[in-house]
Amino acid sequence: MPDQAARGAAIVEYQHVSKSYATARAARGAPGAVNDLSLTVPAGKICVLVGPSGCGKTTSLKMVNRLIEPTSGRILIDGADIAGRDATELRREIGYVIQQVGLFPHQTIGANVAVVPRLLGWPAARQRERAEELLALVGLDPALYRDRYPAQLSGGERQRVGVARALAADPPLMLMDEPFGAVDPIVRERLQNEFLRLQAELAKTILFVTHDIDEAIKMGDLVAVMQVGGHLEQFAPPAEILAAPASEFVADFVGADRGLKRLSLTRVSELALHPVVTARVGDPAEGARARTLADPFPYLLLLDASDRPIGWISQGHIPATGALAASLATPMSPLLDRRTTLKDALSMMLDADVQTGIVVDRTGRLRGVLTVEAIAAALRPSADPEVIASATAAGGASAAPQSGADA
Amino acid sequence: MIDWGWLAGHLDAIAYRTWQHVYLAALGVGIGFAISFVLALVAARYRILYPPISALAGILFTIPSLALFAALISITGFSVVTAEVPLVLYTLVILVRNIVAGLDAVPVDVVEAADGMGHSRRQRLWRVELPLALPLIVAGLRLATVSTIGLVTITGTISDAYGGLGYFILDGYHRGNFLTEMYAGAVPSILLALVADLLFVRAQRRVTPWARARATEAAA
Repeated sequence: MPDQAARGAAIVEYQHVSKSYATARAARGAPGAVNDLSLTVPAGKICVLVGPSGCGKTTSLKMVNRLIEPTSGRILIDGADIAGRDATELRREIGYVIQQVGLFPHQTIGANVAVVPRLLGWPAARQRERAEELLALVGLDPALYRDRYPAQLSGGERQRVGVARALAADPPLMLMDEPFGAVDPIVRERLQNEFLRLQAELAKTILFVTHDIDEAIKMGDLVAVMQVGGHLEQFAPPAEILAAPASEFVADFVGADRGLKRLSLTRVSELALHPVVTARVGDPAEGARARTLADPFPYLLLLDASDRPIGWISQGHIPATGALAASLATPMSPLLDRRTTLKDALSMMLDADVQTGIVVDRTGRLRGVLTVEAIAAALRPSADPEVIASATAAGGASAAPQSGADA
Repeated sequence: MIDWGWLAGHLDAIAYRTWQHVYLAALGVGIGFAISFVLALVAARYRILYPPISALAGILFTIPSLALFAALISITGFSVVTAEVPLVLYTLVILVRNIVAGLDAVPVDVVEAADGMGHSRRQRLWRVELPLALPLIVAGLRLATVSTIGLVTITGTISDAYGGLGYFILDGYHRGNFLTEMYAGAVPSILLALVADLLFVRAQRRVTPWARARATEAAA
């Protein structure tokens, strides 16, 4: 069943797993209880456990690496009951990332990343090599970071090291307990995106705990919504959780703005982009001016020689003769990546107080523009991502830029 | 006022007593540390035992040293054991409490990460907890060493065979306050304490390169 990409991934099965605590401990803020949890996490997928505090999500997670032992029920990894495994050996095969990171302050970043390989007794040279490889993978220059200590890093950098450390022995399963909860929202957003990009390559099986429904929707291939007392309320892909909440609790938990939240499930690349009138620096102004005046949209988008957007020129400012200079353009619309979610795109456009966002590809070349109207189409209650795409595609023609050279 | 002639004639004796002073103090702190280390690990592992261990060490610390010497002489005679037992006992309260405090100061997230990565209990202790407890452990050793260097002086009351540099202080006193001899004991013992203190301060910095890295960062 696991596809090619998911070869190095494990299947995790909870079978009627419960964990109860004596009331005295529960009163002292012990982790939440879990009540008859049964679910299967398919190989290579991110499964997010989400719910209010005390819903037992962290307890459920920690039972997988046996930091907490269940009161009853079984947990299987690739069909084998983990109760029969030596706990420390089991943990070395499972990546573990926690909110406070928990890097060892007395060890360098390189040594921190190599913790599990060292426990596994890898030769020193291979440990070092692996640490450098992983630092590079999470976007930290090994030459710069290897010999530093955790205290010398920012919160976001430490969290990246935490992810690198969890990946060190190439585990088929990762447990992540609010991994991006301790960093500020901007850094969190970036770490989430980086992690999704990484996961697209690595295709590990990931159990991910958060209390933040937006994070759950963004990160999860599957979302398990849990309720206080350790009850599983719904286990489904995020789109289904938003479109058809299984209970009133789930509906309340995802919030009244679940229509808006669906925006975060759709990426810019799924919408048809609007074409705009464009011209390259150095093109004759006359022709560009004529084309802009003929278009209902009163702006010309100026590109550099490699089709990278420079900025807008309003039709009144386009000279009648001569060549177009870069200095004429005002850089204003936010640049959107094709992987940006509609929610982020809308937010960036509102921040910049504009109606259009310029969409570029990985090399910065223009792909088209996204309008607030196109996003509004996605807000319609009936809209699902595919419908949006085909609906706007019908009215929007091609997403490719019409450069002056084509005309 | 200072009898330089006496000093010149007793350089060998001063050197010998200085060496003895260091030896008696080092032995006391060494044995004291070994006992404290075991007690602290037991207390850290079985928390319920920490209050009684800590209380016992505290009570031992309150016994006056001269009374303890007197009591021990009837058991262990005028041997080095009689000199060392009080020295060892007085270090326990400082060392046990500092080692336990050091282990307690290890952040919970670090301990959780260590467990989650798959350290056995022993690996966690030796690779993570003890290195992180080291600053407080060394601070305890520093305090214990300086106070033991002071205490060695009065082991001279057991017998002339002990006392380290304290021998000169007592002997000078018995000779009717022969100041030169008393200074010959007091000044070097003060210097010993200062040197030991300085060495431990340096050791403390050496065992925590990560704290130094942070300080450099802050200064930069």
